[in-house]
Amino acid sequence: MIRLGVPSKGRLMEQTFDWFAERGVKLSRSGSDREYSGRVEGAPGVSLVLLSAGEIPRELAAGRIELGVTGTDLVREKLAGWSSDLVELAPMGFGHANLILAVPECWRDCIDLDDFAAIARDFRSEHGFRLRIATKYHRLVRAWLSAQEVADYQLVDSQGATEGTVANQTAEAIADITSSGETLRANNLRILDEPPILRSQATLFANRNAVKPSLQRFAAHLGLELPCINATQATAQA
Amino acid sequence: MISKRDKEAVGQRLLERFRQAGAQEISPDILLPAESLLDLYGEDIRARAYVTQDPIRGEMMLRPDFTVPVVQAHMASGAEPARYCYLGEVFRKQDSGDVRPEKSRDHEYLQCGFELFTRDPDADAEVFALFHDALQSLGLRAEMGDMGLLLDAVSGLPLTRARADALMHHIWRPGRFSRLLDRFSKPGVSRCFPDTGQTWAGLRSEDEMIRRIARLQGDAAVPPLAPVWTERLDRLFALRAPASKALPALGELAADMPAIAPAVDRIVARMAAIAHRGIDLDGVIFDASHGRTTMEYYDGFTFTFQADRAGWPPVASGGRYDALTLVLGKGREIPAVGGIIRPGLVAELEASA
Repeated sequence: MIRLGVPSKGRLMEQTFDWFAERGVKLSRSGSDREYSGRVEGAPGVSLVLLSAGEIPRELAAGRIELGVTGTDLVREKLAGWSSDLVELAPMGFGHANLILAVPECWRDCIDLDDFAAIARDFRSEHGFRLRIATKYHRLVRAWLSAQEVADYQLVDSQGATEGTVANQTAEAIADITSSGETLRANNLRILDEPPILRSQATLFANRNAVKPSLQRFAAHLGLELPCINATQATAQA
Repeated sequence: MISKRDKEAVGQRLLERFRQAGAQEISPDILLPAESLLDLYGEDIRARAYVTQDPIRGEMMLRPDFTVPVVQAHMASGAEPARYCYLGEVFRKQDSGDVRPEKSRDHEYLQCGFELFTRDPDADAEVFALFHDALQSLGLRAEMGDMGLLLDAVSGLPLTRARADALMHHIWRPGRFSRLLDRFSKPGVSRCFPDTGQTWAGLRSEDEMIRRIARLQGDAAVPPLAPVWTERLDRLFALRAPASKALPALGELAADMPAIAPAVDRIVARMAAIAHRGIDLDGVIFDASHGRTTMEYYDGFTFTFQADRAGWPPVASGGRYDALTLVLGKGREIPAVGGIIRPGLVAELEASA
């Protein structure tokens, strides 16, 4: 049995259902809107598991589901060494969002990351503590800033309403996911003139250990090329 | 596979060696308040240290290294001069990127260390000779450097104070450092900062921005750094040779860069003191850039002892950290130098010998 994990609500769920329907597999929620169980038609041996999108990376890595739909941002943030456990089967073409670093619009002197690094240094000597960046993507942001050799900053955790932290003076900058940038503009924030930290979209992932004939049949059914990779090869690449 | 008990036994033997050198043993806590470590190391430490939460004390860290708690203990109550030794676990996590490494590094391992707080100029040689002696039978490669030399070289460039300070601040970040140096070597570009009429938001004040804009506008008129200085700096940073051969090369560099002359004199005196303690300078590598890849708190002499094993961290490392005592000493400061040995690696080398 192949267990397919899909986000349990909202647009992400609807678009996932549409994506599979276009490929001849009908997914649906059984029973009422409040019930988190689902039905699969058109693909024998596949069952549907409705989960919070944020839990899908963990469930995939643990092998409790063989396939899962979630954002690349969540997989990369939540799973250290993700590509040793998971394989990307297909980018699905929706749920596009970029992880970006944004500063107050009023910072006329802050265009790129070099400006940001210089401002962080000035801020630290002026205020006696490191410039604060509010985010929930701690690992991704830290790894990126470390690779870009930015110092003199600290991350502060923000699990929601991150765009408001600057006005509330609990952070000087934010690192968050954005698709249209509207919320940023509404909160007088501006994205730094740099490539995004990560370009994310909804993606169909498989657990590497689950790549077996049954999964290969399902992938073929969906019209996907299943990469022939097993777990040992993945770690050898390291 | 070496047992923990065997590693501990090697650690005890090294600790005894440090005691004989006059050190007093101290045992810092394993759980340390995260705040001062975070302030000192920045976010990078969160990627390396285990952070945990105490309902009353707040954020705590499993000891990622001994230097900070030892300095704090000394600044709180120590007399000088002081020699300390310690043996205990440190904890480092490994945050792999996209791929999990095949062989993960140790997450907890022993460190046996020696720290010397004194104004005696012979202290560097004392510490280096002690480590050299304790590790003598293992055939390790000894390397040394001097961050003071690099900082003086940068500080002495014909640059404005602000430009020199920016370079010195980023000396541990090679990419950012060379981008800055590159920018300072070209004619300044004057930038526009159009007023967008935005209302001010956030803790960074408008005044701070206005001051930075004024600095940038002033900086655009500064003439570029002549290429000869970048060449000299590159030559200095690339200097790597047996210590006996590095000294004449440093002398030549000092003729072109007078700012490093005092640092070179200090290095010459240190080498002489090390040779005086019976160590052959042909067997020690001097690498001018050695300290750029070590801890950011080293600001003078640095050293490592490295085994010839692929992927191994140094078996021992250390250096001078005068500025750290100033930061942690709340106004007090004392010159300090020290280092650590990893007994687990020593035990492995001894077992395979």
